Amino acid sequence: MAGLRSGFGRYTHAIVRGIPESLAKEALRTGTGEEVDLAKAQREEEAYVEVLRTQLGLEVVELPADESLPDCVFVEDAAVVCGDTALITIPGAPSRRRETEAIKAALKDLNLNIVEMADENATLDGGDVLFTGQEFFVGLSKRTNQRGAEILADAFKDYAVSTVPVMEGLHLKSFCSMGGPGLIVIGSSEPAQKALKTMQQMSDHRYDKLTVPDDGAANCIYMNLPNKGHVLLHCTPEQYPESAKVFEKLKDYTLIPLSNLEKVKVDGALTCCSVLINKKANM
Amino acid sequence: MTTEVGSETEVKEKAEESVAQSEPSENVTEETNEVANIEGEVEESQKEKDGKEGKGISRYLPTWLKKQKSQSQTSPTKEIPLTEKTAGKVRQEEEVNGHAEEVEEKEAGKSDQVKEKEAECHSSTSADTEPAKEEKVQESPEKSLEKAEVTKEGEGEKEQKKEQEGKAEGQQEGEEGQNSIFQSPLRLVRKAKMKLVVCHVTLLDETVYTCEVEKRAKGQYLFFKVCEHLNLLEKDYFGLTYVDSHDQKCWLDPTKEIKRQIRSNNWQFAFNVKFYPPDPSQLTEDITRYLLCLQLREDVASGRLPCSFVTHTLLGSYTLQAEFGDYEPDQPRPVDYINHQTFAPNQNKEMEEKIVELHKSHRGMTPAQADSQFLENAKKLSMYGVDLHHAKDSEGVDIMLGVCANGLLVYKDRLRINRFAWPKILKISYKRNNFYIKIRPGETEQFESTVGFKLQNHRSAKRLWKVCVENHSFFRLNTPEPPTKARFLTLGSKFRYSGRTQAQTRLASTLIDRPAPSFERTSSKRISRSLDGAPVISITEAGKDGAENGRELHSDSKSPMRVHGDNIYVRHSNLMLEDHDKTQEEVLKHQASISQLKRSFMEAPPPSPPQPNQWETRLTSSPTTTMRVQQQIVVSEPQAEAAAAADNTPSDTKEPVKTTEVEIEEMVVVKEVSKAPKPGIVTVTVSSPAEQETREQEVPVVQEVPVLVEAIVKKQESVSSESESDGEAEYHPNVSVSISHTQIPEEKEEDEELEKEEEKRPENDVLVVDASSPPAEGSQPVEVTSRQAEESSIEKAGEEKEEEVDEMEESTDDPMVTPDEAPNGLTPHEESVITMAGPAEEEEEPKMNGEAALVQTEPRPQVICCSEPPVVKTEMVTISDTFAAQKTEIATKEVPIVHTETKTITYEAAQLDGSGDGEPGVLMTAQTITSESLCTTTTTHITKTLKGGLSETRIEKRIVITGDCDIDHDEALAQAIKEAKEQHPDMSVTRVVVHKETELAEEED
Repeated sequence: MAGLRSGFGRYTHAIVRGIPESLAKEALRTGTGEEVDLAKAQREEEAYVEVLRTQLGLEVVELPADESLPDCVFVEDAAVVCGDTALITIPGAPSRRRETEAIKAALKDLNLNIVEMADENATLDGGDVLFTGQEFFVGLSKRTNQRGAEILADAFKDYAVSTVPVMEGLHLKSFCSMGGPGLIVIGSSEPAQKALKTMQQMSDHRYDKLTVPDDGAANCIYMNLPNKGHVLLHCTPEQYPESAKVFEKLKDYTLIPLSNLEKVKVDGALTCCSVLINKKANM
Repeated sequence: MTTEVGSETEVKEKAEESVAQSEPSENVTEETNEVANIEGEVEESQKEKDGKEGKGISRYLPTWLKKQKSQSQTSPTKEIPLTEKTAGKVRQEEEVNGHAEEVEEKEAGKSDQVKEKEAECHSSTSADTEPAKEEKVQESPEKSLEKAEVTKEGEGEKEQKKEQEGKAEGQQEGEEGQNSIFQSPLRLVRKAKMKLVVCHVTLLDETVYTCEVEKRAKGQYLFFKVCEHLNLLEKDYFGLTYVDSHDQKCWLDPTKEIKRQIRSNNWQFAFNVKFYPPDPSQLTEDITRYLLCLQLREDVASGRLPCSFVTHTLLGSYTLQAEFGDYEPDQPRPVDYINHQTFAPNQNKEMEEKIVELHKSHRGMTPAQADSQFLENAKKLSMYGVDLHHAKDSEGVDIMLGVCANGLLVYKDRLRINRFAWPKILKISYKRNNFYIKIRPGETEQFESTVGFKLQNHRSAKRLWKVCVENHSFFRLNTPEPPTKARFLTLGSKFRYSGRTQAQTRLASTLIDRPAPSFERTSSKRISRSLDGAPVISITEAGKDGAENGRELHSDSKSPMRVHGDNIYVRHSNLMLEDHDKTQEEVLKHQASISQLKRSFMEAPPPSPPQPNQWETRLTSSPTTTMRVQQQIVVSEPQAEAAAAADNTPSDTKEPVKTTEVEIEEMVVVKEVSKAPKPGIVTVTVSSPAEQETREQEVPVVQEVPVLVEAIVKKQESVSSESESDGEAEYHPNVSVSISHTQIPEEKEEDEELEKEEEKRPENDVLVVDASSPPAEGSQPVEVTSRQAEESSIEKAGEEKEEEVDEMEESTDDPMVTPDEAPNGLTPHEESVITMAGPAEEEEEPKMNGEAALVQTEPRPQVICCSEPPVVKTEMVTISDTFAAQKTEIATKEVPIVHTETKTITYEAAQLDGSGDGEPGVLMTAQTITSESLCTTTTTHITKTLKGGLSETRIEKRIVITGDCDIDHDEALAQAIKEAKEQHPDMSVTRVVVHKETELAEEED
């Protein structure tokens, strides 16, 4: 049946965006780390897209980079897509607001119902939105405020939307993500664990958790694809050796390690670089 | 209460019968007087609150004298009607000779009532034992609930019979194929010559069902009528609503008279879904699902159940399929009919087109299947089954509180900002316009926390509280025991959920064995085409999933045992049942003794005149005088009603009388308890004075009053350590739950647990009354009355009964109390407590003697030590923070809003050595009665000791009463002792400990 929350993790399309050269110097970052090796970053991005397109067979919409938008590769923050509804966000960082334009156009082309945030006081980064298949958790962070969460709740009325304070890190999904239906992958830092507790308390549903030593490694991409079953794109052993081991214990998963060494320097995680869409779910 | 009335009548009848033996005339007259008095009292109390004291005294005297009478009526509440009857007889007979009891019992056994009872029992029993008999089985679940009613009605009937004596029993109206249970209440009522009122009930298909009910009918009666009209068997998910004078939609309490609830002459109701089944596929019948669909369509269309565009269209398409069948392109209907249907608050062309488009894809789907699909999608909506209430958090921020199957949800705008699952909630209470939940400490937390919310007013707080109690009971309590249990569930006093739990109703549903009833869909009424009759696929299996259900229920808690924390109002009736099943013999014996006790108690004339005086004195001195009055009222109600019945004047218009009636309702509930068919049911009736929900006055001082009454035969260690408090809440739930799951052997463990837990309880006042009894000892019932002690616990020792009473939360405003209390504040109460000791002692002695006559030989000297209440100030950690969940750390020590004061007073009979302690007793019963204003939990713990060949039985009874209005401690205590005596005539009360906890500071709004 084409009912609610059927086929969690099923995707047909993905929207990605190229890496502008401005990323290296101008992209926002929470820490002060090494400089981004642009070439490496671009190779990572290529590998990422390749996996989505070739290995997983998704229809990938590649948007060109915009030099004036150094962070534009992180398309996730610009839109939240669930079912056939796409909420175009107002990113918390003013410098990123224009990123949504291209995304919105792309989503429109895919015939999604576009919902825009009308309230200028609202901010919402897609990176703060965790959709579990049953409900939404929205991290209240530096980038996302209460009003933004409310608008998201309005846009997706079928689902419960709970707010989770993000004490540390950039986004809610900086330390967690879905690793499967009812499975939350969570970092082991204290803020991450607290956030998980909050989520568990707020939810009527029960979630299993997969704790990984590194918060950064907790951001992975789960898909459930026809003929492929459970697929998990996760960090590489080079980047997070201990955490990678945890993922490797997952059974019945197609595990695809993806390198993210460069983008992480500017707070980029795996989920950040794509907007995933399930067109077949739409009627 | 009809029952009361019935008993009344019976008493009279008996009186007449036994004229030869006793002085029936006296009785009758006395009763009449009483009635008159009562009314007078009521009037007085209402009209003049100033003259209370003086009147209290004058009033009191007669009442006290009459007390035996009134008690005879009051107490029956706790017992089976049989007992009542017997009691009535006994009353007269006993006066003549003290030991008539047994004989009387036999007599009683012959009485019609008994037979009826037996018949009922049999039927139910057979249902239990012979599941093969489908019909019976089917009925049994129903019976469990309805039996009580039947009985009630039956009694009411008797009452009328009395007046219309010769009236033949017309059992027409035989709804064939229906349960007799079903019919009985209706049938019975039909006989009644009461004023009939026309009720208009708006059904889910928006048609209006009109029927007549007797003016004094209870909510249940009307509800059953409607269900009957709808041909609905799985009715536990539904309820009737009415709009109160404040334009609020309220649920009609099935256990209360309709008239008392609607408070207007507007007999308009609506039939609605009350508990949204989390998994509608587990409903047994299509018709139930259909009704649920109707409700949900309305919910969706009105916006109460928000959903997305896609969901709107999907749900709409299923609605079309269910109502109109396959899409037919050649007919222009689509456009037409879609206009008739409202699918969404903001329905538009686009949506309608989409709906039609989807409709096409459902070709071949039967209406039942379409309904099922509708429900499958609707149930996933986040707001499915969530009952929203406006509130403010502690900081005055507007929020919404959502009550649902899983717990309590807190929303700010559309966002869920917190959630309290039922297992996390230890206690639910409300005080004025504040609503509180006490939260179980988390793994890392040490303290319980209390979260408070402000509601618009007291009414809304109460409404929310009720909804919480009911939802918790329905969804959280899982007592998949035999149907008999359901009977017990009905027991609660009014503010408990009186229906079956979901688990039970599911179980019952599995037994439904009728051909799927055909029913008309809304559209079918417009369209000739019949859509029904198609085989239903998924439905048949539904019933078998009982096990799954159980799992579901538990899913929240890690282990079933963890249920601990459930709320105060959780009753433990199951426990009682189980016990009964196990020790049937004992139970029987016990029952016998109980009835004896009762009789003796009632019979026993006040040994010495001083008693009344004592009471008076207290009355006068105590600020609680008002409460007294109430108590009296309660007691006398039955009579009043009886009188009314006698007059055949169903007019209940008098204002004063009204008050009385309200009380009566409460009594009714209690009676239901007593109706439990099996003997050995220990029921504790706490007539909570606080009942007056009806009165709207605000009580300036609201208190939380846990009253602990423990009865121990011999000294108990626990006594010394008793310092309990609302901790009861945690404690009781534990017991109840675990017990329901465990079998006999395990119970012991639990008992131990109980004990431990008891000791642990940090804050409380405990009134412990030890009744030590055994054969060797004279009976020394100690009567201690603590006036305004907020909490009193009496420990009493008796045979083998345990009663558990829990805490009740109340927030009733008691107008009567108001005047006194307002000025005084809480302080006076405490004082009074202390004072009490003296008078109490005196009182007790005489009484004891009087009673002792029956079983005991030598009155023992009583030592009452009144230990000056060490005032322990305990603090309740209150976190009123909606956002608690989101805080990094839960600030456990935030704002202790509530201060409590604890006192412990121990009255102890001399001579009792603490021998033989420490032996794990057997927890016999645990019962909680919750009313709007009070929660009373009685726990009875029995310990048997072998002492040099003599076996000693100690019964420890602990009663915890919690409420935020004033509790008449004297009354509570007296009542507890009285009951203890009644139940265990051959035992003596050896210790009474009153533990009271008073809230000192109250958060002002």
